[in-house]
Amino acid sequence: MTELQAGQSAQPLEVPRIDARPQRYRDVLIAFAAFAVLALLPMLFGSKQLLDFVIRCAAYGLFATSLNLLVGYTGLISFGHGMFFGLGAYGFGLMMQKTGVPIPVAFVGTLAMTLVVAVVIGAICVRLKEIYFAFVTLAFQMLIHSTILSWQSLTGGDQGLRGGIPRPPFLGIDLSNHLHLYIASCALLVIGLLLMRQIAQSPFGYTLRMIRDNATRASFIGIDVWRAKLTIFVLAALFAATGGMIMALFVSGAYPEFAYWTISGEGIFINMLGGVTTFLGPMVGAMLFLILNDTVTRLTEYHGIVLGIVILFFAIGLRKGLMDFVVEWFAQRRGAAGERAP
Amino acid sequence: MDLDALASCLASPACLVTQTTSGLIIGMLLFLVAVGLTLIFGVLKVVNFSHGAFYMFGAYFAMTAYQFTGSFALAILSGAVGTAILGLIFERVFMSRVYGRDVLMQLLVCYAFVLIFDDVVRMIWGPEFRSMGMPAAFQVPPLFIAGGVVPPYYLLLIGVALAAAVVLGLALARSRIGKVIRAAAHNPGMVSALGINTGLIYGGVFALGGMLAGLAGALAAPVRSLTPGMGFSVLIESFIVTVIGGMGSILGALIGALLIGLIRSFGSLGFPLFTEGLMYLFMVIVLVSRPTGLFGKEVA
Repeated sequence: MTELQAGQSAQPLEVPRIDARPQRYRDVLIAFAAFAVLALLPMLFGSKQLLDFVIRCAAYGLFATSLNLLVGYTGLISFGHGMFFGLGAYGFGLMMQKTGVPIPVAFVGTLAMTLVVAVVIGAICVRLKEIYFAFVTLAFQMLIHSTILSWQSLTGGDQGLRGGIPRPPFLGIDLSNHLHLYIASCALLVIGLLLMRQIAQSPFGYTLRMIRDNATRASFIGIDVWRAKLTIFVLAALFAATGGMIMALFVSGAYPEFAYWTISGEGIFINMLGGVTTFLGPMVGAMLFLILNDTVTRLTEYHGIVLGIVILFFAIGLRKGLMDFVVEWFAQRRGAAGERAP
Repeated sequence: MDLDALASCLASPACLVTQTTSGLIIGMLLFLVAVGLTLIFGVLKVVNFSHGAFYMFGAYFAMTAYQFTGSFALAILSGAVGTAILGLIFERVFMSRVYGRDVLMQLLVCYAFVLIFDDVVRMIWGPEFRSMGMPAAFQVPPLFIAGGVVPPYYLLLIGVALAAAVVLGLALARSRIGKVIRAAAHNPGMVSALGINTGLIYGGVFALGGMLAGLAGALAAPVRSLTPGMGFSVLIESFIVTVIGGMGSILGALIGALLIGLIRSFGSLGFPLFTEGLMYLFMVIVLVSRPTGLFGKEVA
C-alpha cells in the first residue's frame, strides 16, 4: 500500500483499556442477553419463515464476521474465503452421510479438517501481498470448487450432496426438529461471535490492526507478521466452516455453489454493506443482504441490476458501510453537542 | 484422468497439430483480454474486475452488427469501437471516483458492474444462448497440416491477435503517446506537472483495454456461443494469465496466455474433468515459486 492510501484508510485506533476484564464481562453479558432474546423469539412469533431467516443469518453472519477478521482487522482482502464455508458444509455433510458418527464428533472432525487445509493454504497465501493475495486465494477457491465438481464419486459433482444429512439425536438434542436446529444455530452464532470478539479485543487482535496499518513497523518491533497473518487466516477459516456447517444442516445437503467464488464475493459485499470498522457491522450486513436478496428476487428477475445499484450507492455514495455510517453520525452529533454545551 | 489419451496424442503429429492450434486460439483470445487488464493495472493501478463484461459486449455488438449489415469486417469493428466507447464512459463516470481509494472499493464498484452488465445484456439480447454463425467467407473446408485439422478462421484469429500484440508493443515502446503512457504509469504526478492531462490518458488507456477485450469477444463470437455471464470465465482465466505473467507486464501476458491455452487444450485430453483445476494449480505453483509472477517486478 502506498503512503497516500495508508494515510487515507487509517482509522483512529481505539486504545485498549489497561484492565480489559470489565469489557469482557460486558461482552459475555450482551452475548447471554442476545441468546435469550433469540431463544424467546419462537414463543412470540411462531412463523417458520422468521426462524429460517435467523438460521440463514447465523450461517452468513458467522461467515461474514470471520471474513472481517481478515479484511477489516488485518487488511487481508481474501477473495477465496468462501472455500472454507464450502469445506465446512461438504466436510460435515460427508462425515454424517458416510461414517455415521455422532454430530458433535462430525462437528469437531470438520473443524480439524478445515484447520489442516487452512494451515496449508494459508501458509502459501499469506506470503503474498494485496492483489496477489486476493487472487491466489481466489485460485485456491476455484481449485477446491473444481475438485468438488470432478470428484463425482465422493461429492456427487454438480448435483451436490443430496439425499439429506442424517441427524441422529445427541444429548437430548434432535437437530431434525426445526426448533432444536434453530436454537443450536443461535447458540453457535452467539458463541462464535463472542469468541471472535475476544480475538479482536485481545492483544493479538491489536497486533493484527498494527499489521494492517503498518506491517513494516510491526515487523521492526519484533512481531512475526507471517505467523500472525497465518494464525488469523486459520482462525477465520474455522468460523467460516462453522457457518458452512449450519448451512449444510439447514438445507440438509451441500452444493458446489457453497464453494464457488460468488460466496466470497457476497461475503465481501456483506462486509461492505454493514461496515468493516465495527465488530457487528458484518452481522448487520448479513441481515441486510438476506433481506435485500429475498425482496429483490421476489420483485424482479433482474436482481443483478438492483443489487449492483445498491452496491454502487454504498461504494461511491456513502463510501462506507451502514454501521460505520451510523457510528460516525452519532460520534459527530455527540461532538457537536459537546461543543454547544459549555 | 486419462493419461493414455494424452500420451497417444503426444505421439501422433495430427493430434499434436490440432491440439496446439486450439491451444493457440484459446491463448491468443486470452492474451487480448489479459493485455488490456494488465495495461489498465499498470497505468491506472486498479484491478478491473469488470473486464470480462467488455469481452461479452464485444461479442454481442459484433453479432448485432453482423445481423444488420452482413459484413464481418464491420462486425469486428463495431465490437472493438463499441467497447472502447463503453470503456471510456465507464472509466470517466465511475472508476475515476475510486482511484487511490482502497482496493476493496475498486473491486466492489467493478463487482457491481459485473452484476449490472450481465443483466443489461439479458434485457437487451435475452437470457438464452445466441450464436453469430461463421461468416460465409470462412465456410470453406479446413486445412490439413501434418494430418491435423486447422480451420482457416483460426488462422485469421491468431493473425489478428498477433498483429494487435505487435502494434501495441511497438506503439508503447516507440511512439510519443506510448512514452507518455509509460511515464504516467511510472510517475503520474510528474506527468501531470508537465502539463499533460492524466485524466485523458487514464480514460484512453481504459478505453484501449476495453477495446482489446471487445476485439477478443468479437473474434470469438463466430466460434463460441454467446450468453449473459460469458465474460466471467474469461475474466477469471485472464486474471490467471496476468497473475502468472506478472501484473503490468505485456510480455508476461503473452507468455502466460499461451501457457494457459496449451494447458487447457492438452489438459482436456489427460484430465477431462479437472482441466479448470489444472490452470489454478499451475497458477498456485507459479506464485509459490515467484510471488510476483514470471515477469512481474518486485514491488517493495
